[in-house]
Amino acid sequence: MTHRLVVLGAGTAGTMVVNRLRRRLDPLEWDITVVDRDDAHPYQPGFLFLPFGRLRARDLVRSRHAFVTDGVELVLGEVDRVDPDGRTVTLTDGRRLGYDYLVIATGASPRPDQTPGMLGPQWRRSIFDFYTLDGAQALADALVAFPGGRLVVHIVETPIKCPVAPLEFTFLVDDWLRRRGLRERTELVYVTPLSGAFTQPIASDRLGSMLAERSVTVETDFLVERVDADARTLVSYDEREVPFDLLVTVPLHMGADYVGRSGLGDELNFVPVDRHTQLSTAHRDVFALGDASDIPASKAGSVAHFSVDVFVDNFLEHVAGRPMTRAFDGHANCFVESGAGRGLLIDFNYDTEPLPGRYPLPVGPLSLLKETRANHLGKLAFRWLYWNVLLPGRPMPLPSHMSMVGKSVPATPATAATR
Amino acid sequence: MPVTTLDGHAVHVDAEGFLTDPAEWDESLADVLAERIGLTLTDEHRAVLRFLRADFTARGETPTLRRASLGTGIPVKALFGLFPQKPAKKMAYVAGLPKPHGCV
Ligand SMILES: Cc1cc2nc3c(=O)[nH]c(=O)nc-3n(C[C@H](O)[C@H](O)[C@H](O)COP(=O)(O)OP(=O)(O)OC[C@H]3O[C@@H](n4cnc5c(N)ncnc54)[C@H](O)[C@@H]3O)c2cc1C
Repeated sequence: MTHRLVVLGAGTAGTMVVNRLRRRLDPLEWDITVVDRDDAHPYQPGFLFLPFGRLRARDLVRSRHAFVTDGVELVLGEVDRVDPDGRTVTLTDGRRLGYDYLVIATGASPRPDQTPGMLGPQWRRSIFDFYTLDGAQALADALVAFPGGRLVVHIVETPIKCPVAPLEFTFLVDDWLRRRGLRERTELVYVTPLSGAFTQPIASDRLGSMLAERSVTVETDFLVERVDADARTLVSYDEREVPFDLLVTVPLHMGADYVGRSGLGDELNFVPVDRHTQLSTAHRDVFALGDASDIPASKAGSVAHFSVDVFVDNFLEHVAGRPMTRAFDGHANCFVESGAGRGLLIDFNYDTEPLPGRYPLPVGPLSLLKETRANHLGKLAFRWLYWNVLLPGRPMPLPSHMSMVGKSVPATPATAATR
Repeated sequence: MPVTTLDGHAVHVDAEGFLTDPAEWDESLADVLAERIGLTLTDEHRAVLRFLRADFTARGETPTLRRASLGTGIPVKALFGLFPQKPAKKMAYVAGLPKPHGCV
């Protein structure tokens, strides 16, 4: 009898996983289907550069078909619902797909509709996001026309994709304003629901001082209640107000609505899973990978990549009726653009916060938590690696588990408690 | 982890005073913890604490403010009134749960 694996979402995680599993599952025994709503796969990390005119939209989008290997069926359609008891996926056009195993990889999306006042008359006039292709493009036009004033970078709530991206945007916009002679006329403000620049103490200190060096005002513990579009002001639950001339916000992130409708999600439509195997806590035949799950790791392509490594081996054991023996450790690594052609690299997992030191690579080590030209070039090179190595599921010379090699461990371990 | 004595209860806490063993908590300790951050518990506070404890038992994680609001039916704004300034942290502290990790 043939088994049916259905993967929902042909983004970073979904594409990698079908390509990797097609090589490991016998085509005579396994049908693999992957569903996505459209045939345009964006390289999302590139959205960061669009507002500064450094890349064009057409550089960032490719056909999904080109990246899904032969032997995997790509179905284009919007998922409407999953019936986990009947093991069926229904698409909005009425098509039905039965499955024996389901992988949910429909990611997370910014939801400006969830903050009162955000989608009002000022949306894409003075309020922008850069987490979508059209948002990033609209912001590019707004920046070119920006005469100076109060520019506010804002995060509604965590978790968000690539949690360092709003910091990167701030560093890049600072650099961009300087080059255009507008920095003196601009007040840059960074508004965050966190108690510091970032979640983890050592990185938060480092990134926080980088904001201070750039004269960026930081407003912490700010939980936005609404946007007063007429007054161009962010209002928090504890009644603080932050006025803006130009607001660059990162809206609330949620998993896909069908996840909630199907009873498979938490309050933000993220799928509760075991953090080491990504098996659903409710269904033995459902997994969630990438941004769609509720694991307490960064919502990042690097996490998707490392976790898929672990998942593929585990899945083969699981379907053979054996216990899953590999455990994902929450490993993430992210390049952080810091402006002026430099960047940082951070590497961490569930238990170890980002530490300074060196990250060993076959081509020579990169510096951790330090601004260097090499890290910036690494970030740029990643686009090529994404299309040519990562998505096709070719082996990357990076171990999926985080390694302590090269990292400097502080003498007294800093804990979140110290602040 | 340091052990500290709070009003006759010996409990394990982290450097910020959050209990590290949720089993060492009971409702009477909640009053002591609340007092230390300048709060006097009302029935509404206690309803929030009960939700936090039950949700933590079920999921092994301190719920976010959004989740606490949905779970108790108390609007976020009102949670700010009950636990001023940093409600997510204060709720967890009084409920004897680990500090919510602001998500990575
Ligand atoms: C501005 C920005 C910068 C970033 N920078 C970095 C970085 O530097 N490094 C890094 O590692 N990561 C970065 N990321 C994050 C990274 O892009 C994501 O974490 C990664 O793409 C997640 O992969 P995924 O497969 O879970 O989701 P996605 O790649 O988003 O794929 C989800 C797919 O599901 C489809 N889908 C959703 N709902 C439905 C439905 N109902 N029916 C059918 N299809 C559906 C979507 O069309 C999409 O193709 C960045 C993200 C952004 C937005």
